[in-house]
Amino acid sequence: MKFVDEFRAPELITKASEEIRRLADPNKHFRIMEVCGGHTHAIYRFGLKDLLPSNVELIHGPGCPVCVLPMGRIDDGLSLAAQSDFIFAAFGDMMRVPGTHGSPLEYKARGMDVRIVYSPADALKLARGNPEKHVMFFAIGFETTAPSTALTLMRAKAEGLRNLSVFCNHVTIIPAIRAILDSPDMRLDGFVGPGHVSTVIGCRPYDWIAKDEGKPVVVSGFEPLDILQSIVMLLRQLRKGEAKVENQYKRVVPWEGNRAALRAMAEVFELRPYFEWRGLGFISQSALKIRASYAEWDSEQRFSVPGVRVTDPKAAQCGEVLKGVLKPAQCKLFGRECTPEQPVGALMVSTEGSCAAYYNYEHRKTVTIANAASI
Amino acid sequence: MCLAIPGKIVEMDPQNTHLAVVDVVGVRRKVDLGLLQDDPPVAGDWVLIHVGFAMSKISEAEAVDQMQTLTMLGEAESAMQEVRGYGLENDGPAESAQRWKQ
Repeated sequence: MKFVDEFRAPELITKASEEIRRLADPNKHFRIMEVCGGHTHAIYRFGLKDLLPSNVELIHGPGCPVCVLPMGRIDDGLSLAAQSDFIFAAFGDMMRVPGTHGSPLEYKARGMDVRIVYSPADALKLARGNPEKHVMFFAIGFETTAPSTALTLMRAKAEGLRNLSVFCNHVTIIPAIRAILDSPDMRLDGFVGPGHVSTVIGCRPYDWIAKDEGKPVVVSGFEPLDILQSIVMLLRQLRKGEAKVENQYKRVVPWEGNRAALRAMAEVFELRPYFEWRGLGFISQSALKIRASYAEWDSEQRFSVPGVRVTDPKAAQCGEVLKGVLKPAQCKLFGRECTPEQPVGALMVSTEGSCAAYYNYEHRKTVTIANAASI
Repeated sequence: MCLAIPGKIVEMDPQNTHLAVVDVVGVRRKVDLGLLQDDPPVAGDWVLIHVGFAMSKISEAEAVDQMQTLTMLGEAESAMQEVRGYGLENDGPAESAQRWKQ
């Protein structure tokens, strides 16, 4: 772990950690899910587990968009872009994610025109600069990135740019939380709510988790102190027998969210009846598709998509890890067949994936200590 | 991808009202302000940037904190790589010598 005094405000970190110990009834076991992959990364990186008592367990949620994307969607996107006049554009996070016949980077090595973009707006610029080509932007992400894709398509439509389309894999966080709560092998006491997703959707969409499911939700920032404070707030509610939505990240997240971003999403997207999530299966109304009024800019409406369905490698237990039923190291492939250098499952690819985070910060440390001990 | 990058709006684009040049620890790039149209920022304001779009207005103190969080997460370099990557066209002046006070 990092030493507490390396953090900003170490005395507050120590205080929060002590408060968690005081609040967590030693006769009970608390299972708290952090929904967002950014939080998962922070928890491992900062070694926050070491600041928690053993009866406060953090379960890693489904909030890593790269990780929940089923392999069939990658195959579909790549097969579409295999046409000679196509440019396949995607965020860097996607480039090493394995499809059945390789990752986008491997396709690039075989001659496909694959470009990393850092913004959907850059896909639009690519299309402007390459009028003889068709640019397909492989869009991923939760509500943090979906508004940017929406606004980009609004701009493309306004300028009549026709050689751009989006292969839309945007997903929404609320149905995924519902699926997890409905899962029979899951028992959770509360949620650390996502920080930047909530800047867009606000805090109201979590109301039902408190009201109907009786579980507290605290929307949290990403600093070590933010996450620990959020756990304190959750434990305080649990101790009082309350369940409400609180906002620990008020300095960034407005309670009502970002209305302009929500309007852009509503203009361009509608809910898909269902969408497949890796590890969670089909979840109804859990993803966004492009409206018919933007059909020309929708890769799926404009071109014919194979609709590939691929089951994950049998030995890989990505689904159980995604749902928090298994810890990363409990998967049979972890650290052997599946490593960040040679990932089998997507959880090992993204730094926000719990397997990669666990591997980088816990597994390497354990291996180093074991090696040192054997010398 | 969940993590946003803080930047300071340096100047508005006179040609495109929805674009502005932001400074992220000395690197200047254009970002889209369209998602803040209900409460448009002006030069001098600080914003959190996601995939090339300003998503929320923040305080200067929050901007410095957020950069520190990215550094602590080991994500500062990839965040800067992302910012440098914005804009395939040559947008605005390249690196400025000015760096943020950390």
